[in-house]
Amino acid sequence: MKKKKFTIAVTGLNAIDSPGPGVPVIRALRESKHFDVRIIGLSYEALEPGIYMHDLVDKTYQIPFPSSGIDSLLTRLKYINDIEKIDLIIPNFDAELFSFIKLVDTLEKKMKIKVFVPTIEQFEERHKVNLEAFGKKHKIKVPYSRTIFSTAEIPALKDQFTYPLVVKGKFYDASVAYTPEQAANYFNKITAKWGLPIIIQQFVHGQEVNVTAIGDGNGNTIGAVPMRKTYITDKGKAWAGISIADDKLMSMTKKMIKSSKWRGGLELEIIKTAEEDYYLLEINPRFPAWVYLAVGCGQNHPEALVRMAMGEEVKPFKKYDIGKMFIRYAYDMIVELKEFEKISTLGEL
Amino acid sequence: MPGSKIIFNGPDKTETDLKLAIENNSLIHIDHLDELYLIKELAVEMNKKPRVAIRVNMDTGVYPIWDRFGFNYENGQAWDAINKIMLNDKMELVGLHSHIGTFMLSPNAYGIAASKLSDLALGIKKKYKKNIQYLDLGGGFASKNTLKGSYLQGVDTSPTFDQYAEAISTAILNAGFVEDELPLLLLESGRSLIDEAGSLLGTVISNKRLSDGRRATIMDFGVNILFTSFWYDHKISPAQDFSQYTEDAVLYGPLCMNIDVIRENVTLPPLKRDDHVVVHTVGAYNMTQWMQFIAMRPAVVMIDMNEKAHVIRNRETLDSIESAEVMPEYLKKFKL
Amino acid sequence: MNIKKNIALSDSGFVFDPSSGDSFSTNPIGLEIIKLLQNGKSADDIKKHITGAYMTDGDSFEKDFYDFVNMLQKLKIADGAEKK
Ligand SMILES: Cc1ncc(COP(=O)(O)O)c(C=O)c1O
Repeated sequence: MKKKKFTIAVTGLNAIDSPGPGVPVIRALRESKHFDVRIIGLSYEALEPGIYMHDLVDKTYQIPFPSSGIDSLLTRLKYINDIEKIDLIIPNFDAELFSFIKLVDTLEKKMKIKVFVPTIEQFEERHKVNLEAFGKKHKIKVPYSRTIFSTAEIPALKDQFTYPLVVKGKFYDASVAYTPEQAANYFNKITAKWGLPIIIQQFVHGQEVNVTAIGDGNGNTIGAVPMRKTYITDKGKAWAGISIADDKLMSMTKKMIKSSKWRGGLELEIIKTAEEDYYLLEINPRFPAWVYLAVGCGQNHPEALVRMAMGEEVKPFKKYDIGKMFIRYAYDMIVELKEFEKISTLGEL
Repeated sequence: MPGSKIIFNGPDKTETDLKLAIENNSLIHIDHLDELYLIKELAVEMNKKPRVAIRVNMDTGVYPIWDRFGFNYENGQAWDAINKIMLNDKMELVGLHSHIGTFMLSPNAYGIAASKLSDLALGIKKKYKKNIQYLDLGGGFASKNTLKGSYLQGVDTSPTFDQYAEAISTAILNAGFVEDELPLLLLESGRSLIDEAGSLLGTVISNKRLSDGRRATIMDFGVNILFTSFWYDHKISPAQDFSQYTEDAVLYGPLCMNIDVIRENVTLPPLKRDDHVVVHTVGAYNMTQWMQFIAMRPAVVMIDMNEKAHVIRNRETLDSIESAEVMPEYLKKFKL
Repeated sequence: MNIKKNIALSDSGFVFDPSSGDSFSTNPIGLEIIKLLQNGKSADDIKKHITGAYMTDGDSFEKDFYDFVNMLQKLKIADGAEKK
């Protein structure tokens, strides 16, 4: 039987030292047994490596940064869609998800482009600032946290927290502070970059574990693979990791997906304490950059996402290989200046 | 406007003000205990029963809490003030009021405020068998402007009125009022009502290259007129045909101070001297806060529903400034 | 003022400096001016050419030309400021 061919647009082509998930997602799609793909890359900057990986990406278009607003994104997507007739878009950046979620209706109804993303409520309630309420609602342990707006609030933190504590930015960045002086120092550093507020989170001692998963939007976990990082870069990103067996972690993941009816890919960052308590640190509302490990373990999550988006019924994966490792590597492509010129001046390659 | 339709609010109410308000049967929203006791005294003195509400502040999950206004809910101050009014019988407690902040991006915060005010109203009903006539949830609803430092555009992220309405009405309907005793809901929306109605028209004075190579464009309006450029990245568009090529630029006002910056970084087609621009969404908190400094303030024009323009405030002249000035006698004879 | 040797231009307005590896993009008029400068035309020649070919007066051209050349110098596409 001849496989169907879908045109799929993918963002997050920044396969750099702090990588976006686009390239691994595309690899996963190209390995699908159910369908063939034509991949349209959507890039923000001319140096995103995925733009130049022609065996993975068929054609790339620049799109406007999320900060320029939904309207300009839509205008650009209309232009691209007129040429490419896109079947599905897979957004892979936290910062762009808001815009794509807001555009779901327009894209699906007017432009016939599928988008399989969380609802705006799911997206908002898992936000760092709201994570504690999220934990209460879905009965998941979350480290005690508070939002602060000024360093003047730091001295009083000792009444509610025990040092060390984690100082976190609204979107990115987190540092562990052992003293109020350090906390104030990180407060200033992080606000200078990401603005207010700052989230203060109780530091929980233990081992960090991560889960990449996908929910069908009805409460079912279609797939989930837990991993422990075995080596991290100085930016705190996984360089190598290994799939692990952990029933408690799996049931926590399933519980969270069930009660939130999560739709789409996600990554959970969790701390496992010496007492075997699990604390949820963060929920990333998209596939992680290490999602290809799931494929290696026998669960092709991006493929499942495409099939669900296309209206197929997808049965949950029953198992995954334990003890499979991923090891990331750097690779220098040789690129002609002509190609860089084209994407920088014409916005297409 | 009849006095009985006016809500009198704020921390600074003089005795004369309060007398006038009581005389005219205005609604007085009490901010602090000193005011409460003063009204009590005046009520006896004037032999009238003033209609009052108290302003309540509370934790709505949005920080900082505006706890400098009114009486706090969580620590019992608000309930205490209510009891002082109810037990004394010199004033009539007709409403409860909160104004939780301004440019509130969280509809949920209004839900919490509505629940807490409802809780107080039901407490009054239970203890004193009295129905509170209205809940006044104040203003603070966000307009479509983009706050400085926010990554996404305000047009995309500010909640809609449907979202605010959903949060408030759900909270009140679920609070436990008997159906025909539901209080009237008052809102005091300021910014959200008027912000999108105003635009500022301005003109380019000059272009420059800064020492670091950035393009700078100097406009004929600055923070003296566009006070809100301290808070917002205002949307600015050229008012004539422009090319598709753009360049990043800093937009400066015409004042003699370094703080006079309209946009730190904006992408615009290159503008020439005398080109015009439109600054969008400037209807709120500009004409009320602009200052007379270096340049005269411009005229304000209203465009009516039939697209007809009316001048509703004249451009300032030297006389607008001088008319309020008084020259001491001994200086009048001073020879230049 | 001279455009640096071996600056590469393409029709899309892409400007490449092989000695530094930097690249920039410019609009069609910018491209035309760089080409004229490359061919050794003086500021006066260029002014004559541009004011003749496009709807612009001498003063406006001068302002924009001065700004553009400043940028070229800043970006090290052209030689530094003229020596006294
Ligand atoms: C008591 C009260 N109500 C309403 C408003 C209007 O607020 P906004 O313009 O944020 O809607 C204000 C503004 O300061 C206020 O103090």
